[in-house]
Amino acid sequence: MNGHFPWLTTLAALPFVGGLCVAAVPAGKRRLAKNVALLFSLLTLAVAVVVATKFDNDGGRFQITESYSWISSFGVRWSLGVDGIGLVLILLTAVLMPLLILASWHDADEAPVGADGSAGAGRPAPRGTHAFFALMLLVEAMVVVSFAATDVFMFYVFFEAMLIPMYFLIGGFGGAQRSYAAVKFLLYNLLGGLVMLAAVVGLYVATANQGIGVDGHGTFDFVKISQAVATGQLDIDPTAEKALFLGFMFAFAIKAPLWPFHTWLPDTMTEATPGVAVLVTAMVDKVGTFAMLRFCLEIFPDASKYFAPVVITLAVIGIIYGALLAVGQTDIKRLIAYTSISHFGFIILGIFVMTSQGQSGATLYMVNHGFSTAALLLIAGFLISRRGSKTIADFGGVQKVAPVLAGTFLVAGLATLSMPGLAPFVSEFLVLVGAFTKYKVAAIFATTGIVLAALYVLVLYQRTMTGPVRPGNEKLRDLVPRELAVVVPLIAFLLVLGVYPKPVLDAVNPAVDHTLSRVEQKDPAPTKPIEQAAGTEAHTTGGSK
Amino acid sequence: MIETSSLASGALLANEGGGGLHSTAASGAFSALWLVVGLPLLGAVLLLVGGKRTNPFGHILATALALGSFVVGVLMFVTMLDKSGPGRSVDQHLWTWAPVNEFQADIGLHLDQLSMVFVLLITGVGSLIHIYSIGYMAHDENRRRFFAYLNLFVAAMLLLVLANNYLLLYVGWEGVGLASYLLIGFWQHKPSAATAAKKAFIMNRVGDFGLAVAIFLMFTTFGTFSFEDVLGGSATASDGTMTAIGLMLLLAACGKSAQFPLQAWLGDAMEGPTPVSALIHAATMVTAGVYLITRSAEIFDASPDAQLAVTIVGAITVLFGAIVGCAKDDIKKALAASTMSQIGYMILAAGLGPIGYAFAIMHLVTHGFFKAGLFLGAGSVMHGMNDEVDMRRYGGLRKYMPITFVTFGLGYLAIIGFPLLSGFFSKDKIIEAAFAKGGTSGWILGAVTLLAAGLTAYYMTRVMLMTFFGKERWKEAPAGAPADWHEPHPHESPVSMTGPMILLAFGSVFAGGLFALNDSFVKWLTPVTGFSHGDLPMSEWAVTGMAIAMVALGTAVAYLQYARREVPSVAPAASPVTVAARRDLYQDAINEGLVMRPGQYLTRLLVWFDNKGVDGFVGGLAAFVGGTSARVRRVQTGFVRTYALSMFGGTLLVVACTLMARMA
Amino acid sequence: MNPVNYLYLSALLFTIGAAGVLLRRNAIVVFMCVELMLNACNLAFVTFGRMHDNLDGQIIAFFTMVVAACEVVVGLSIIIAIFRSRRSASVDDASLMKW
Repeated sequence: MNGHFPWLTTLAALPFVGGLCVAAVPAGKRRLAKNVALLFSLLTLAVAVVVATKFDNDGGRFQITESYSWISSFGVRWSLGVDGIGLVLILLTAVLMPLLILASWHDADEAPVGADGSAGAGRPAPRGTHAFFALMLLVEAMVVVSFAATDVFMFYVFFEAMLIPMYFLIGGFGGAQRSYAAVKFLLYNLLGGLVMLAAVVGLYVATANQGIGVDGHGTFDFVKISQAVATGQLDIDPTAEKALFLGFMFAFAIKAPLWPFHTWLPDTMTEATPGVAVLVTAMVDKVGTFAMLRFCLEIFPDASKYFAPVVITLAVIGIIYGALLAVGQTDIKRLIAYTSISHFGFIILGIFVMTSQGQSGATLYMVNHGFSTAALLLIAGFLISRRGSKTIADFGGVQKVAPVLAGTFLVAGLATLSMPGLAPFVSEFLVLVGAFTKYKVAAIFATTGIVLAALYVLVLYQRTMTGPVRPGNEKLRDLVPRELAVVVPLIAFLLVLGVYPKPVLDAVNPAVDHTLSRVEQKDPAPTKPIEQAAGTEAHTTGGSK
Repeated sequence: MIETSSLASGALLANEGGGGLHSTAASGAFSALWLVVGLPLLGAVLLLVGGKRTNPFGHILATALALGSFVVGVLMFVTMLDKSGPGRSVDQHLWTWAPVNEFQADIGLHLDQLSMVFVLLITGVGSLIHIYSIGYMAHDENRRRFFAYLNLFVAAMLLLVLANNYLLLYVGWEGVGLASYLLIGFWQHKPSAATAAKKAFIMNRVGDFGLAVAIFLMFTTFGTFSFEDVLGGSATASDGTMTAIGLMLLLAACGKSAQFPLQAWLGDAMEGPTPVSALIHAATMVTAGVYLITRSAEIFDASPDAQLAVTIVGAITVLFGAIVGCAKDDIKKALAASTMSQIGYMILAAGLGPIGYAFAIMHLVTHGFFKAGLFLGAGSVMHGMNDEVDMRRYGGLRKYMPITFVTFGLGYLAIIGFPLLSGFFSKDKIIEAAFAKGGTSGWILGAVTLLAAGLTAYYMTRVMLMTFFGKERWKEAPAGAPADWHEPHPHESPVSMTGPMILLAFGSVFAGGLFALNDSFVKWLTPVTGFSHGDLPMSEWAVTGMAIAMVALGTAVAYLQYARREVPSVAPAASPVTVAARRDLYQDAINEGLVMRPGQYLTRLLVWFDNKGVDGFVGGLAAFVGGTSARVRRVQTGFVRTYALSMFGGTLLVVACTLMARMA
Repeated sequence: MNPVNYLYLSALLFTIGAAGVLLRRNAIVVFMCVELMLNACNLAFVTFGRMHDNLDGQIIAFFTMVVAACEVVVGLSIIIAIFRSRRSASVDDASLMKW
């Protein structure tokens, strides 16, 4: 499909170029650097919207495709294309980025605190601010490519390359223990990535052995591989398939993160600046869950089915474990990190129950979780930056002095606990319904998560916002216009997607149906179906098309 | 009037009557149905988003919108009266919410006779309480926010009763929970209020868990969760499934309606402003569980086990609330315990099946009038008494607040079931229905309801006497009073407060009689809930006579204790039973011991485990690698000779191996 | 003369060189010993060439000489640089590049 305008490459290139431009801004002009970064993120958003308008829900699987030869000796191609799932996640990324830049406006202005907790030692590096925003844009570019890549190798390259800017963002900016967090982040993800690399090579060899590629070479072309798997042309030995699945899954489970590979996330999110923490949970981690849905299920359908009970068990453990740990935290950001672990459990549960409700719900959950966590974390970040402390016990009665901050925080918290009317409810309910139709016990355990979610959110809110004003909080300022400009769109998205998520679901459903047909899974039929009266819309059963 | 139709035929009748909820699309005047929910929702949004700008007129706007919703509701009612049969049941599809293959979540409203009753109750009492709050909250700096929350509550409650499917009902269900949370914790600066709000929300969430699972079960069984399909199909599904759904719905009802074992939040919820207690924690929200069970009549009719569970829960709570109510000195908590007990009546009645549904709803409505009136009266008393809630520091107030006294008194007479007042008709019918259930369980339930009627008379008379009669105990300073204590100056409340109280008093007096007249209320609801007379083992007059006797007994005991004797202004030492009742039969201690403490230990254990176990494993691995390499790197001495020697040795080894291989 | 004797000589020279490398500390002497080892190898190459009647061994010997010449240039300059900074030509003194 060459010859058309390469929209997706443009979309990925814009933030990349933007990052270079930001880096090129003269050292003294911090403000200019920020403005350039904001401008490029907005441009990216504009292009993403154009891409979305070009996407046709009823069109083929991958749309807006483009493909160029890249490393021809290994059959690696620069192939981009989006299905509904990739599209909504790209939109999430594009929408969040300007908000994150705006939210992080002053986060990189001063030298970060020393390892001993001493206040910013001396003056900041002359281009520290520039580097911060340039790296953020770079991450955006890589995330976009990951969501749009239809070449397994290409995906792998960007999946791994993301670690580099992330490492510097975490290690260069943020709290006292940031180097520890950055190294932990890097080692964890690198380990997963390396195991995945072996599996990627293994996959290539398998395709080469079975003549899927051209001239005895293997191929990394996802479309080709998944078709060959579906038609039985590519029939990997079951043991090898399981091994390859585990290789892929290991990397994604660390990235997602799935219990028990989660411990890097709390440290990272606690130490990173709020903007970077959102970058991690709302975008980078989504690549992990996205890849489970895209690659694990379609390339290794049998192994996916074989391991589904294990993954589901881990996911349910993660849901409850993350929620219980969130209740026990004393640090606001750490608490939010554990809520994310719980929510990622829901997403992974939805993916691996292999029902259309589960997977559509999981995809919607990825989007909604992006917005809700962004709102919660960024507002918490505003609060923390005012008070200079992350400890819950240092707060109290904030509602009295900063009502708008407290109110928006409550809305974000309610979204996190899946209050109906706000976006995460729809997705959580879909995931649970989808899980319940197949795995009743797992779904019931997962549903206890909604009680625990109420507990951790309301305990946090009660301790920080209500009660008498605690000393040290008397002078907290309410949200300033810049911060409102961040929070208001997030809350608007949470509300709109809570009341009218249909457009997102309409885009996602065909892709999910496709994935399910590849793993040969159908939604269980109701035991006592009600005959639809004539005139109401008839719905095709099952996910296959 | 006693018919000996069996339970089965009753169920059949229910299926013929209301089964399946076949309804027509909303047209004509009914097409304005969405406005009923929309108007108060608009108010909430405007006031919350508008912020301080709306301070000057926020309360007026909110009240006007609530009234507007009431007017639309009345319009619907009038239109409905015009129609007959199936024409009274209308559906309004608004938009498709979340469609995923079979899972078709819609935003759609459903109005029939049952929801009509609720719409009028919610908007009517809701509007009165809006008006009352204008006066009650006049001096609160956050009055606008209060009205926004009130509007939000009214909208959510209306959505709850107007939803045409269980998922949307769930939205309203959690919505009222949220509004309740916000309003209980309205005075957030008080830690007790914030804690009570959190407690209410979390215990409600336990109930919501039940509702969620019930919806999952409906979806896996029927592939849908609209009322029409689920209720229509409930007769075909297996008993086990229906029992499971029924029990889960009961769990939901227990949470929302403060029924045993999820009752503990209601007493603490009295931390909220009194209008909130009147509207949410007496008249409307807490009765949502009764609505849920009545709405799901077909499900419960299909599962006698679930029905039995409902009646048991109702019976336990009736007594639980009544016993606690007898010992409380805090006027609002006494009323809250009474609410719990009265809702127990309704739940019990709803558990009786078609014998009881209509009476459950009837009691719900009359209770809505008199309990709201009682709470508003209590609020009026507190208003004149510097927000004192301890009845031991009241006394003789009838002289100072005559209107409050009269309206409160009428509410009091209504709740104890004084003949020909509202409560008399509705409660008497529930007692009859309990006996009419037949069998041993019928006798037990009947006895429980009778006993509770006596207890109700006792604790309400106690409240009445301690507040409005006797010595004026508020004149002396309490022991341990703060230095700035000054004697309260009881006075009558402004007309914006007394007005609603008077209107509610009218309802308390006449509603029951009106409903009972010609059995009009039962006939009205029969198409939805079905109706059967059951099998009353004695004459109706006998039941009524016993009920009146119990009421008289309860009143007399209370009179002897609280009118003939002086009421001490500090709670005296008492028997273990009284102490237990004062402490809500140790419900908090039990919850704390069974759930909270173990939960805290568990979270602490898990935090430790996450740090030392999971992360410790990873950290240990890292330390091991680090340690090993630290030891191994000692080999690098930096001396060229050493390196050369090791190279030399290595070469020798390779050569030797090669030679050995050659030889072999 | 039996060419095998040259091989014995070569082995002897190599051993002397190796021992020198391992035992001496003066960088210059170590360096010279390395040269000695190289030349012992050269001798062996040439001898083998003679024994097998082809020129390969001699060609390799030329290569080795060229490489050795280069090595001498680089090696000596490093030694001189170290000597300049540390005032010592002992190899044990330059033991900082560890770990």
